[in-house]
Amino acid sequence: MTAPETTQEHGSPGPTAPVLQAKGLIKRYGRVVALGGSDLELYPGEILAVIGDNGAGKSSLIKALSGALVPDEGEIHLDGQRVRFGNPMDARKAGIETVYQTLAVAPGLDIADNLFLGREQRRPGLLGSVLRMLDHKHMRSEARRHMNELGVATLQNIGQPVESLSGGQRQAVAVARAAAFGSRVVILDEPTAALGVKEGNRVLQLIREVRDRGLPVILISHNMPHVFEVADRIHIQRLGRRATVITPRSHSMAEAVAIMTGAVPPPPAVA
Amino acid sequence: MTTPSSTASAPAPVPAKSDAAARPDFDDNRTTSARARVQQLLHANPTLGPLAVLVLAVIAFTVSNPRFFSAPNLSLVLAQVTVIAVLALGQTLIILTAGIDLSVGAIAVFSSILMASLAVKAGLPGPAALVAGLVLGTAMGALNGFLVTRIKLPPFIVTLGTLTIFFSLNSVVSNSETIRGADMPGLLTWTGTAIPIGGFRLTYGSIIMLLLFALVLFALRNTAWGRHVYATGDDGEAARLAGIRTSRVLLSVYTVAGALYAVGAWILIGRLASASPNVGTDYNLDSITAVVLGGASLFGGRGGVLGTLIGALIVGVFRNGLQLAGVEVVWQGFAIGLLVLVAVSLDQWIRKVKA
Repeated sequence: MTAPETTQEHGSPGPTAPVLQAKGLIKRYGRVVALGGSDLELYPGEILAVIGDNGAGKSSLIKALSGALVPDEGEIHLDGQRVRFGNPMDARKAGIETVYQTLAVAPGLDIADNLFLGREQRRPGLLGSVLRMLDHKHMRSEARRHMNELGVATLQNIGQPVESLSGGQRQAVAVARAAAFGSRVVILDEPTAALGVKEGNRVLQLIREVRDRGLPVILISHNMPHVFEVADRIHIQRLGRRATVITPRSHSMAEAVAIMTGAVPPPPAVA
Repeated sequence: MTTPSSTASAPAPVPAKSDAAARPDFDDNRTTSARARVQQLLHANPTLGPLAVLVLAVIAFTVSNPRFFSAPNLSLVLAQVTVIAVLALGQTLIILTAGIDLSVGAIAVFSSILMASLAVKAGLPGPAALVAGLVLGTAMGALNGFLVTRIKLPPFIVTLGTLTIFFSLNSVVSNSETIRGADMPGLLTWTGTAIPIGGFRLTYGSIIMLLLFALVLFALRNTAWGRHVYATGDDGEAARLAGIRTSRVLLSVYTVAGALYAVGAWILIGRLASASPNVGTDYNLDSITAVVLGGASLFGGRGGVLGTLIGALIVGVFRNGLQLAGVEVVWQGFAIGLLVLVAVSLDQWIRKVKA
């Protein structure tokens, strides 16, 4: 059952170098060890799911990668270059976009405003430089293009406030923003947690679209069926470290849960 | 491409079309009742409700007393409304960020006392006294902003504290004495000067007020700062995660509000033709009333300056109209209080718009 697979559609580690790599990340809060030397590799064109029990250090690991937390020790490499993130803006500038569980959208603003929130584009010429006028028209057409690219074409009115959208549609806006501005990596924290079955599936489809456009995705989720449906590889975090890496083909859901909870010793990494 | 609003059909499963089938399809299949449509309309156009109230009030008061719609009376209403409108403009910015400013009246009155005292008692020339007063008022707003963002105290508590401090300093500086406009340099009382337009008298103070509204309207609608003010009030944490420096936005909002209050102080001197330490106790609630009547939400992120202008006009029209209709002063307050409660209830209902 632990035979490594040699042919994979996506994310075959093989000789390719990882896009994003974490080595021996350590984070302590007083005597509590959140990360005890955690590693992670994300390869081009794959969806890497990160699963783990509560307190396994999943969110600390993700926060370190997205700049929301500065690890005490360890290194993060992006395309082979060592990077240091002091805050989320640093990671974002390096091309790592994160969709937080709490949905980083402003409900009262419209879809276009939300897509460009914090990255507003000004009008060219004096109107932009002196009056600091925003280029609403350009931002709207760009927003529409990004939404269409991800196949969210049924969202007609880009000037519609986000609060009038359903949970899945809001998630689509958040994912579209990450995909539009993330040039290297997209990190999604529990994107389907608050959604119904139908909308959850649509968001999974959206995640595949992002990957198929060439952006590797890190997906944090508690939802095993969702993880096994979309992930190319599954990173299992346990007790502040990476226990192992499996694939949906090498292991069953029950086995993954058993490894996650420590019921069985972690098998050697499959992929 | 299908229109999303008119789909009243049952949620049909997505047919397996060649390309579209593989793509996520976020159709909205919502049934919309007339009630929900009104709710959505008001949600999309928050100034519509207040505008309707204003128009109805003007018609009703004109019917009850035709003198209401005369040019001299309308000039009076506008002059009465001007100071409150400017203060409410600053208050709007703060309420948009889900804050509240109880020190608005104190800052305005203290600034007017400072301007007048610096000119009359310290002998500063008019322009210098004016600029000094504007700078000090702005600094008072910035102090509120500093306490809210750095010490991280709730705006209600911060401004409750500074309200008391500014009023107390105001008594110290003014020695509780009113300074007559006749003793001041002409520049300080200039805002009360009126230009006649037919029978209508438009004061320079009112012109400044309208220009300030245009300026803030532009900034909120057309600059990134404006988007950030809304985003910060809507969901501060989400705005922060989106890369907006929310503390900076808040600090700027309280500072700009302070500057607006200081301009309000200048207009106040012109309106009263004096600087009195004893006015302005009801400016706090009047400015909040104007903002709330204008459709802004006290929970932040919703509302706008046009609504506030309409809200301030509603207060002015009600006070003046009820007076002309022979309603006693005590009942005017009752009517306005009732209006506020209706406005807030309406806001609650609009916010519950179906997702």
